Amino acid sequence: MTNQTPEQIDSLDSGDRERLGLRVGTATLLRSWRTAGIAIPFLILFVALSISSSPFLHTTNLINILDQQASTLCIAAAGTLVLVAGGIDLSVGATYGLATVVAGEIAAHHSPVLAIVAAIAVGLLVGLVNGLIVTVFKINALICTLAMSFVIGGLALKVSGGNLIVLSANSGFYRFANAQFLTVPSAVWMTLLFVVVLGLLLSRTTFGRYMVASGGNAEAARLAGVRVNRIRVITFTLSGGAAALGGVIDISRLLSAQAASGGSALAFTVLAGIVVGGTSIAGGEGSVWRTGIGVLFIALIGNGSNLLGINPLYQQIVLGIILLIAVGLDSWARQRRL
Amino acid sequence: MSSRTFEEHPHPTADTPGDDLVVAGVSKRFGGVPALSDVSLTIEPGKVHALIGENGAGKSTLGKIVCGVIEPDEGGLTLGGQTLVLRSPREALAHGIIAIAQELTIVPGLTVAENVYLGSEVATAGFVRRRESRRRFRKLAHRVGFDLSPDVPVGRLSIADQQKVEIMRALSRNASIVVMDEPSAALSRSETAALHEIIRSLTRRGSAVVLISHFLSEVLSLSDTITTLRDGRLVRTVEAEGATEESLIEGMLGRSLSSAFPEKVLADPDAPVVLEVDHVSAPGVTDCSFVLRRGEILGIAGLVGAGRSELARAIFRDAKVSAGTVRLGGAELAGHHPRRSIYRGLVLIPESRKQMGLMMGRSVKENISLSRLDLVSRVGWIAGIRERRAVSGVMKRTTVKAANMRMPAMMLSGGNQQKLLFARSMMCSPSVLIADEPTRGVDVGSKRAIYELLAQMAQDGMGIIMISSELEEILGLAHRTLVMSHGHFTAELAGDEMNEQAVLAAAFAETNAT
Repeated sequence: MTNQTPEQIDSLDSGDRERLGLRVGTATLLRSWRTAGIAIPFLILFVALSISSSPFLHTTNLINILDQQASTLCIAAAGTLVLVAGGIDLSVGATYGLATVVAGEIAAHHSPVLAIVAAIAVGLLVGLVNGLIVTVFKINALICTLAMSFVIGGLALKVSGGNLIVLSANSGFYRFANAQFLTVPSAVWMTLLFVVVLGLLLSRTTFGRYMVASGGNAEAARLAGVRVNRIRVITFTLSGGAAALGGVIDISRLLSAQAASGGSALAFTVLAGIVVGGTSIAGGEGSVWRTGIGVLFIALIGNGSNLLGINPLYQQIVLGIILLIAVGLDSWARQRRL
Repeated sequence: MSSRTFEEHPHPTADTPGDDLVVAGVSKRFGGVPALSDVSLTIEPGKVHALIGENGAGKSTLGKIVCGVIEPDEGGLTLGGQTLVLRSPREALAHGIIAIAQELTIVPGLTVAENVYLGSEVATAGFVRRRESRRRFRKLAHRVGFDLSPDVPVGRLSIADQQKVEIMRALSRNASIVVMDEPSAALSRSETAALHEIIRSLTRRGSAVVLISHFLSEVLSLSDTITTLRDGRLVRTVEAEGATEESLIEGMLGRSLSSAFPEKVLADPDAPVVLEVDHVSAPGVTDCSFVLRRGEILGIAGLVGAGRSELARAIFRDAKVSAGTVRLGGAELAGHHPRRSIYRGLVLIPESRKQMGLMMGRSVKENISLSRLDLVSRVGWIAGIRERRAVSGVMKRTTVKAANMRMPAMMLSGGNQQKLLFARSMMCSPSVLIADEPTRGVDVGSKRAIYELLAQMAQDGMGIIMISSELEEILGLAHRTLVMSHGHFTAELAGDEMNEQAVLAAAFAETNAT
């Protein structure tokens, strides 16, 4: 976007030119990382895996990857909105766990619909509480959601009594995530729909603009008439709801639920996907579709090394390095802007 | 690095007059765009050498080359005939060249004294000798006439006081050449006077001062030599004696500016009242009342910290109002969020565009349309074409110059960034506009454009409240002026009573009494 022709540069006043000169190089680089960013390494990895491993490119394997990543994708899509609006949500793993046991307990005795609705409602409620604590009591989002994850984890144990909940495969609950349509399970369809809706929400609506403004410069946004607190509460609520949706999808796929499922590992996997996708941890910048690619990129590393029989410890090391590169690029880019 | 300090050697350079610093044929390009082309000048010891020019003329670039922040592409520096290659500010410091930067480089969490001695701590075996450094600090503070406590965290100070810390840090080192980039931009009048005294005492001791400033009166009263730059080229270097503001402006612009301010078109005294502020009290504001009429430009003058911005934010319903009412177009303005005020037709251009105004990393378009996205969207869905059309409309009216509206705001010059805020306000079509320091950090050409914009908006029927620390601006533009001091109004001036003397007298009212 910043490929300025010489004429355009001439049409600027002198002040612009001096600043442009300084920044046009880095800005172009940054822009191309942010817009294409993770898509290029993703494609390279995809092609490399297609060549080096024959089972990789099978439809079954690819659908499998998507099916396994369904919950992570949903949670990361909503998490992107939280980050863009200037927050962070570390409680999604715990919320996910709480949602699975709530859904499991109810589905064991009552209707599957009630189980799904109740679990998602619980997730939304948790998110709402997170958002209110962060905005009303002005507690740092990182600490607030970390603390909340302990509270929620405890609640989940209380609900399940510490037991593993196992559901029967005959229940209608199973069909929620496993109904096949065009040979693709409903979990994948739901995820696709959810990610597209959140993506459009961020990029095409006034609400999306308000999120970007709130994360980019909260003070300026407020003085420009954006209800920053309200926007942030909504993003946290969506994130809680998405965590619950992810939990419900997974319990329907796996038919077992446990308070400790998810946990901090899930929260960090989600965050890794978002950050690898190029969303700024400082807020005000990010996109849902790139988060999707980021999550799938991490999944491909896992899937690929399984198929190629690579020791999983290398997976972790590679993932760690990729994360550092992504965050490093982001902070480098922000330094340039000051 | 030199460990000698200003206070240990009260006359560090008095008996050894410094050498001439010669800048010879210096050029610098940024990404292929020339910022400086073949500039040569001589900085003499014991003199104040001013660099003036519009934003982007290259004066800051030249200043940065002198103090080692950037290296020139062509040409070079010599100090007393010796070639001088400066690869970092540290190397410049070793030659006694010190910069006081335009952007503050203080550490908010450290105390005043810790900041002043940052990097040159008074220490024994790595342990900072606090008492000793406090003692030295007091001595230094006394010498420069700044009244600062050494133990206050700098983050709690006002911008002006933070700048004093920066100046003291530079003075605590032994400087033979001091480069000051816009040192008085954030200072109040009395603080500026103190700064000027410091500059004079520096030159009396034989140091050279390179002064980069937008304030021509300051330049004329302080400098010995004035170099004017335009578009990276040296226009001319003249003796300050004999130069006038007009001649300097002409050199900066390449044309003469017939008058700095547009002609005043006074509002009809019977025009309907658009804003009524009735006994409003808020944090920093006590019992303020006034009315604003359609088409009127009301200036609010006063010292920094007199409560002007606080009053603006109270009217805008951004600050808690403890007493009194604000009526906009006859109806009371309630609510506790700026959004309500904006939708009712009251907008604020805040004092700091970087911190409170713009999302620097976002596009021109997003910055402009943010306040009234409802006008270009349907049930929350933004209509791309309608948004672009609306934005380009207000950009044209406010003369924002940008290559395209997808450019990030940070890439624009200060003047154009400020115009973005005017464009955003215009998109709200308000009945009342509050502009807080609308021309801070803006070059001469953009200032004129903003003055015209304000005058035009008033003629179109807006009521405008203009808060400014620049007296000429208030006198040149406002139809009526309220002067604030210590949170309340001390004078209301209109017509002939509105002059420098009267405004200053009211601004300083009670300052001495309390």
